[in-house]
This record gives sequence, structure tokens and C-alpha cells, in this order.
Amino acid sequence: MQTRAILSVLGEDRVGIVAAVSQTLSANAVNIEDIRQTIISGVFSMTMLVTIDEEQAPFEQVQAALDQVAEKLSVQITLQREDVFRAMHRV
Amino acid sequence: MWIEPEEIAETLEMIGRQHLDVRTITLGLSIRSCACDDIAGLAQRVYDRVATASARLVPVADAIAREYGIPIVNKRIAVSPVAEVAASCGARDLSPVAEALDRAAHEVGVDFVGGFSALVHKGIGEADRRLIDSIPAALATTDRVCASVNVATTRAGTNWDAIVAMGQTVRATAQATAERGGIGCAKLVVFANMVEDNPFMAGAVHGSGEPDEVINVGISGPGAVRAVVESLAPDADLTEVAEAIKATAFKITRMGELVAREAARRLGVVCGIVDLSLAPTPAEGDSVAAIIEAMGVERCGGPGTTLALALLNDAMKKGGAMGTSSAGGLSGAFIPVTEDAGMVRAVQDGALTLEKLEAMTAVCSVGLDMIAIPGDTTAETIAAIIGDACAIGVANSKTTAARLIPVPGAKAGERVEFGGLLGAGPVMAVNPWAGVRLARRGGRVPAPLQALRN
Repeated sequence: MQTRAILSVLGEDRVGIVAAVSQTLSANAVNIEDIRQTIISGVFSMTMLVTIDEEQAPFEQVQAALDQVAEKLSVQITLQREDVFRAMHRV
Repeated sequence: MWIEPEEIAETLEMIGRQHLDVRTITLGLSIRSCACDDIAGLAQRVYDRVATASARLVPVADAIAREYGIPIVNKRIAVSPVAEVAASCGARDLSPVAEALDRAAHEVGVDFVGGFSALVHKGIGEADRRLIDSIPAALATTDRVCASVNVATTRAGTNWDAIVAMGQTVRATAQATAERGGIGCAKLVVFANMVEDNPFMAGAVHGSGEPDEVINVGISGPGAVRAVVESLAPDADLTEVAEAIKATAFKITRMGELVAREAARRLGVVCGIVDLSLAPTPAEGDSVAAIIEAMGVERCGGPGTTLALALLNDAMKKGGAMGTSSAGGLSGAFIPVTEDAGMVRAVQDGALTLEKLEAMTAVCSVGLDMIAIPGDTTAETIAAIIGDACAIGVANSKTTAARLIPVPGAKAGERVEFGGLLGAGPVMAVNPWAGVRLARRGGRVPAPLQALRN
């Protein structure tokens, strides 16, 4: 099953955030469909649209792997199914 | 379709900082098949039915909360009114059924089970009487069971005898749980125009018009609505305020509907309704009173409160109705005093009184809710307060309810703690000029003219 999800990263800018996140996604067979990233007053903000192949790595496993990255880099990472944003922000 | 980063940030802000959550996923269960002529057999059947049918409710809700990043605060169960199922069993004390429900609730990990209930708006049946008599013991010996009694409808009128009986039952329930501040009464609601698909406690009951199993979801979000009102320019007019609330209500409702559909799909049961009620919590800012104050009333309860609340309630319904075709339940702002830190402050400041709350109940859902009153309030006075709330519901074809807690030994102004979402707050003063002689008349208030609609 392919699940589309939104990944958002928020935290202090530092070397290696994009690398660590994309490496973890790649290791869990998660495809990055789109990516947007900005830095406002030193705060790193990245949002990604990703597709999770749940047969290779279930949603929960990807979430747990990202939790480890968040802890290591001291940033906030959330992974949420895309439907919630579509429901709330599109008529 | 790409979702804009600002939209993602807004959602994360609503959930992370403004306490937006799904207040409850409630599984409605028919227990009509559990009828038995023996009380032990009835209790066992009820336990088996509830524990089996709801075994997956909590894990499924937790998984949805994790995957969607939306907290789901409560997982609950509503069963058919126990008085109807217990009619064929002759036991005087029906509290063993409440104990069975309580055991099942602990077994499957749900927060509350509603449905220790009777509908007596036209008359009190023999089993209804046994259920009402069993309420104090049932609520004293369990901690997750909720009881409710419907005493009036617009169609049938008001069963004043039943209200007087409930005045006595409220007092007896407070006495039975006196060592915990009368907390049993926090789990007991007296209704006018009770609905069949309410997911909120303490009044959730699985109605006889419902399928055997159904998922109903109650949304929340006073904090998110307050934040959007506060973000408006100070001179934004009330049409702009209404528009902003409506847009937020749409978003909150869509989130609730998504959760309802997904929970029903995963559990393999019918998706019922989304209840658009705005349910406050004791958390700072997650308050209906705070929204009214953000709109420009100095303190909730002051002049202008009823108008502001009416606007809020209406805008929530309009946005919510656009967000789902399955609006139902109570769908209106809640004003439970001890559960709302802003209401508590308003009472302490002398801005909010029982009489003002009664006026407010005319324009929102659902009545005189979570109000601590002095322990020496008489049964007749309690009945008269309930009767006033019912009259507003009956005359306006809406649901109203009373959840009054006569705190044993407490006087007006003293502070009581109920804990958790039930909150804490001051004991409110009661007008001493109650209709005691009115209560003693008994009888029934005939249905109002608006009942004749055919």
C-alpha cells in the first residue's frame, strides 16, 4: 500500500538536516515527491510530500526512524498522513 | 496537489499550541440482544457484548491519532438505555449491570461508558423506576459509567414527576459519593430532548433508531477558535468575527469527519455523525469563556455574553455543516463551568451566575452543565432548577440538560476539585426563592403548542 504523507521539520539551522532526513527516508524506501525549505531568522523549516511503501516499511516504522533523527539533531519532525491537510484546507 | 507550507504550519499550530483535538471517538452499541430474566445473566451478557464489540476501539483510535498527528482525547462507548434491556429482569437493584459495563470499560481501556439510562418524558415505566432508583449505587460503585434520564421533549411535554424524582436522585447520588465531593453527579445528566447519537459524556446513549454498531465523533477546538478571534483586528466587526469562526469550524469539522470515516472503516462499522460541539477543557485558553471575552465581553457572564455566544454557536454550526453532511449529536457550544478555566474565573469574579448560565443555555448546547452547588440545596430546589433548563429546551425545540453537583458539606464560594477533564471550581450560589410548592404539585406539563406540527 502506498501512503502519501507530509513530513515537516522545524528547528535551529545546522549542517546535515536535509542529508539525515533524506537518508532515513531512503533507507525506509520512502519516495520524496516534493520538497520546500526555508530559513527564517535562523529557524530551519522544511516540508516534504512523500510516498511511503507500507509493504517495505510500515508508517509506524518510518515514524520511529524519524523520531531518532529528530532526537539526534534536536529538531522537531512530524510525519502525518496527507489526507488531514487536504481535508482541512481544501473544499 | 501540493499543500502550502503555511497551511501545514497552521495545522501544526492548531494542534500543538491551541489544543485542537478530536475530543472523543464514541462507539455506539446496541445491547438489546442481552435481555435476560436474571440479573446475573443480564450483567454477564452485557459485559460479553461490550468487551467483545469494542476490543479494537482503543488500538484503532491510537493508531489513527499517531498517523494523522491528531490527539484523540477520549475513547468511549454508548449503549442502549439499560432500563429498556432490564425490563425483562425483575431485580430491584440494577447496579450489577453498571458494574458489568465498568468492568468492560476497564478491560478495553475506554474512558467512559454511557447508557445507564431511561427515557421517561411521558411516563415512568416499572423498569425505568428501578433504573432511576439504582443510579446512586451504580455511580458510587463504578468510576467509568455514566447515567442519564430524559424527562421532557417538545413533542410529549415535561414529566414533572420525573424531574422531582431526579431532584431526589441527584441528592442521593451526591450523598453516595460524598467522600469524593459528590463526583457521582458529574456522571449524571437530566435531559430535555435527548438525542440518540450524542458522542459526549455524561449523556451519550445509543438510541433505538441507530444501527447495531456505529462510530460517532465529537470534535473540539475552543483554543483554535479563540486564537483566530484574537488574531482579528480590534475593530473587526461582528460579521468578520462570524466569518472567521465559520472558516475555522469548517477546518475542525473536516478533521473530525476524516477521523470518523477512518475509524469506522478500520473497525468495520457504520460511520455515524460528527458532533460539532465546542467542548472546553481546563487547559489555559481552551475555553469557550475565553472566546466570548476575545470577542469583546469584559468577563464571560457580563452583558453581551448571550449575544456573543449565540453568534459563536451559529457560526460553528454554519462552518461545520459545510464541512460534513453528517452533522449530528448535540452540535453546539458547551458551557460546563468546572471544565472551563475561563468560566471558573468568571464565577470567581462574580460575573457569571446560575441565572446567566440559564440564559446562555437558550442559545447553545447543552444547559446547566458541571455546576457545583451547596450541599444543602434541597431536592425540590434541584428539581426546580432542572425544570427551568428543561422548559428552555422544550419551548425552543432543542436539547438542554442539567448536570448539577450538590457538593456534600460545601457552601457557596468554596472550591471543589473533580480532577482530569471534569476540572475544579467554586460552589455557585443558588437563589433561595425556589419553587418548592411547585415541586410538590407533581404531574406533567402539557406539551407546548409547537408540538402540534403535523
